[in-house]
Amino acid sequence: MINELIERLFNWSNTNSSRDEAKRRLKLVIAHDRAGISPEMIESMRQEILEVIARYLEIDQDETEFTLESDQRITALYANFPIRKVKRQKLLVRDEESETTKT
Amino acid sequence: MSRIIVITSGKGGVGKTSVTANLGMALARLGRKVALVDADFGLRNLDLILGLENRVVYTAIEVIAGECRLEQALVKDKRQAGLVLLPAAQNRNKDAVTPTQMKDLISNLAKNYDYVLVDSPAGIETGFRNAIAAATEALIITTPEVAAVRDADRVVGLLEAHEIKTIRLIINRLRPEMIRQNEMLSMEDILDLLVIPLIGIIPDDERIIVSSNRGEPLVLDSKPSLPGMAFENIAKRLEGKEEVPFLDLMAHNDNLINRIRRLFKG
Ligand SMILES: Nc1ncnc2c1ncn2[C@@H]1O[C@H](COP(=O)(O)OP(=O)(O)OP(=O)(O)O)[C@@H](O)[C@H]1O
Ligand SMILES: [Mg+2]
Repeated sequence: MINELIERLFNWSNTNSSRDEAKRRLKLVIAHDRAGISPEMIESMRQEILEVIARYLEIDQDETEFTLESDQRITALYANFPIRKVKRQKLLVRDEESETTKT
Repeated sequence: MSRIIVITSGKGGVGKTSVTANLGMALARLGRKVALVDADFGLRNLDLILGLENRVVYTAIEVIAGECRLEQALVKDKRQAGLVLLPAAQNRNKDAVTPTQMKDLISNLAKNYDYVLVDSPAGIETGFRNAIAAATEALIITTPEVAAVRDADRVVGLLEAHEIKTIRLIINRLRPEMIRQNEMLSMEDILDLLVIPLIGIIPDDERIIVSSNRGEPLVLDSKPSLPGMAFENIAKRLEGKEEVPFLDLMAHNDNLINRIRRLFKG
């Protein structure tokens, strides 16, 4: 309580400190550097993958996540596409198509 | 077995030359035979920081060109036994030297010394490639700033690709007061981001500038100083004394307000 007061008095605990900002920005830029992938490449990859998925599933476009993350010198691509619903009909049509091509 | 260690950073002006000079001096004071190589061709400075600029006759270029013997080019430090400098050329085209030539030259030099410290130029171009050519270990210098940390990470990647496996980090110019106010990346923040082992932290200290004015590396000073101790500690850790604790810069830079603040924190 009294500690908080002092912090505020001297503006010590500024929530969005430049230190946190630096760390957040570095995390991203280092992940990209390590993977050798530009942000433009990430975006076009996201678009293309989304196109494929959208053929089968209805995706919540606003909630998608697609990022590079680095941890212990290993970089991974994290994709999160929340599904609204499965496109039932599309699936059936596809199955029939593949069957006709088989025969 | 002699050790060839490159001191590099990617970003310029972060303290490579200051660290090379002081660390070399500190290792020599521990009784080691140390050769310092200025690999910053065209922008040589290590001679100046060491205060040896008036004694440079030949440089690495003349040795490579066969115009003089290696021993003739080495400048012996009169203050500290066991320390020599191989100066860089100042006026010739830096692209005139190849990594193979540098590697041969430094490997030759290493035969007579316990340590060869190579002061790399900034950047990741030819000069950097020449500087890392013979190295089996690297010390990465960074400062708590976004550009320096990012470049350090790039350089770590390049060194790993070059099969240099022993890579350790030195964080230079830390300012405890700014970290306390959350306006500077801390040692922990940087280690989190770079994930390479730490071998030293050096405070931002005007005495480093003063000592470079005089051409007398801080570790030669009879008066002990925090940055001087920082260099000595790095030398000890290089010598295998991994248990040497890191300086508690936050405690050293204490003032009344901070103490009051901690009092309330309990
Ligand atoms: N810990 C420190 N505290 C204060 N000043 C410092 C510190 N370390 C280095 N400096 C100063 O920063 C400047 C750059 O240092 P230095 O020449 O060692 O960097 P460098 O990495 O070798 O630069 P370059 O990339 O140009 O070769 C110098 O003026 C030096 O005195
Ligand atoms: Mg330099």
